[in-house]
Amino acid sequence: MADREMRAVYAQTLTALAASDRRICVVEADLARATGTGPFAKAYPDRFFNVGVAEANLVGVASGLSAAGKRPFAATFACFASRRAYDQFFLSANYAGLEVVLVGTDPGVTAAFNGGTHMPLEDLALMRAVPGLAIVEPADPVSLEAAVKLALERKGCTYLRLQRKPAPEIYGAGEAFEFGKAKLLRPGKDVVLAALGALMVGEARKAADSLAAEGIDAAVVDVFTLAPLDRAVLLDLARKTGRIVTCENHRVTGGLGSAVAELLAEEGVPARLARIGAGADEFGEVGTQDWLAERFRLTAPHIAAAARRLVKGV
Amino acid sequence: MINPSPDRPALPAELADLAVRARSIRRACLESIAALGVGHVGGSMSVVEALAVLYFRHMRLDPGDAKSPDRDRFVLSKGHAGPALYAALAEKGYLDRPLLLTLNKGGTSLPSHADRQRTPGVDMSTGSLGQGFSAACGIALGLRMDGPRADGTVRRCWTVIGDGESDEGQVWEAAAFAAHYRLSNLVAFTDANRFQIDGATEAVMHLRDLSAKWSAFGWRTFRVDGHDLGALDRTILSACSPDPEADGEGRGRPAMIVLDTVKAKGVPALEGKAESHNAPFGPADLEAALDAMDKEAPRG
Repeated sequence: MADREMRAVYAQTLTALAASDRRICVVEADLARATGTGPFAKAYPDRFFNVGVAEANLVGVASGLSAAGKRPFAATFACFASRRAYDQFFLSANYAGLEVVLVGTDPGVTAAFNGGTHMPLEDLALMRAVPGLAIVEPADPVSLEAAVKLALERKGCTYLRLQRKPAPEIYGAGEAFEFGKAKLLRPGKDVVLAALGALMVGEARKAADSLAAEGIDAAVVDVFTLAPLDRAVLLDLARKTGRIVTCENHRVTGGLGSAVAELLAEEGVPARLARIGAGADEFGEVGTQDWLAERFRLTAPHIAAAARRLVKGV
Repeated sequence: MINPSPDRPALPAELADLAVRARSIRRACLESIAALGVGHVGGSMSVVEALAVLYFRHMRLDPGDAKSPDRDRFVLSKGHAGPALYAALAEKGYLDRPLLLTLNKGGTSLPSHADRQRTPGVDMSTGSLGQGFSAACGIALGLRMDGPRADGTVRRCWTVIGDGESDEGQVWEAAAFAAHYRLSNLVAFTDANRFQIDGATEAVMHLRDLSAKWSAFGWRTFRVDGHDLGALDRTILSACSPDPEADGEGRGRPAMIVLDTVKAKGVPALEGKAESHNAPFGPADLEAALDAMDKEAPRG
């Protein structure tokens, strides 16, 4: 079976859930074609709202719907969901104690041909500064389905970071997920590759394969939720291996790498850390996703090289 | 549910009662600000009459069942008028009146800007201007999805924005949205007190003809003296009447009532001054304001 398109999985999951949960509604800002929520709009036209090119109002209306007892899923490109509507999401949704699921699509280099203006390499950093917010970036279609359900059940807001393109399945149907629980995809005793999202989990797994071929035993963790962060699993693996490489489709500042650095320092774990991600002083730019992944050193060879440096101590 | 939607203008006795309520709200609000010594006097005083008419005549709600899903909702988008809202909620019985004296003191349930998680009767947290208006649109939409109440009445969302707040682009994003989705169960007010923090609205950012703007955005637009209780009541009745331009499902235009108001109304030392926005206001200022109020109507 061909890999399933992540956006199609998102829309199908919501449409299926909406049959038995009349609170669910979808709010779009002139990107419904991109998000792929057409099937939901067709099935539930009375619960589908397009606010036009107006991201502040997108989040405001979603917050109001939540205040009226609905469960809104609002989507736009991750650059706009974070940078443009940040105060709305922070105050009207989170500070107000409501339940809004904000979906940021095309994160990091997956923005590709839309280029630097549309390339969110800081959305995780912004969202991590929102108290109580859950931040989830699923690694495959199965965990995406679970993430949508968990976000729906959650008391509080969720930021769902979503690549639109197909992703291979990692998990079997029926795998159980929980916000705050990472998945150990591969055990390893020499170094931990902690990755977030489909793109980076895929690259980390490839890196672990190539490291194995040269005798380095790398563990791979699907972090799943950046917040709440699975401190227990990350600390345990960091203590056992003494080395951890964080892998994120994001700038190295403020996201997964920063969260793990804080964790290690505060807990006094003597582990070496390397952060895979765009540089602290780099903006995004335009190109194919593959070209950009190489440009920002997000690919398996770069992850393997970082792990090798930690293991060999150079 | 109290305040059954009125189908006729207020009678003289009812207007007299509303006047008593408005005076009581104004006094309680000023007392709460004076207890701290500083606060948003100007924009609180300008909305007192509108709050009195809404809470004591037009909004369907029940202080004894503050979370009833059947209640109307109210969003104070100009969240800095929280002190006036709290005084109205106390007058209505949502809050104990002595609680008003904790306004803005550490640990209070009455913060400067309205907060739905801290204060009974507050439906939305507001304060970052423009945001509450969007949320009010979302609430109106959500209420409409639930259909009319069992008694056939419309579930309404009411909201108040400021004329200074209308500088915010989000207000106009939401204005287009509410008209596009024909949210005729949304009744909005602009408190046009003609001043914002840095000066007269015409000097800081002249928005020209607000009524013309709202009409052009597709709203039913009304304009009224925001301190005239009878005129307010009649205008709200008009705004809630069936819209002749409604579609077959009864969905019509949202309503905007532009209130011509006086910033710091009732506080002669501050009336119509930009400095009244967030002003020092102590016990002596309170006494002077109450004395002025007594000249219009005896302290009761």
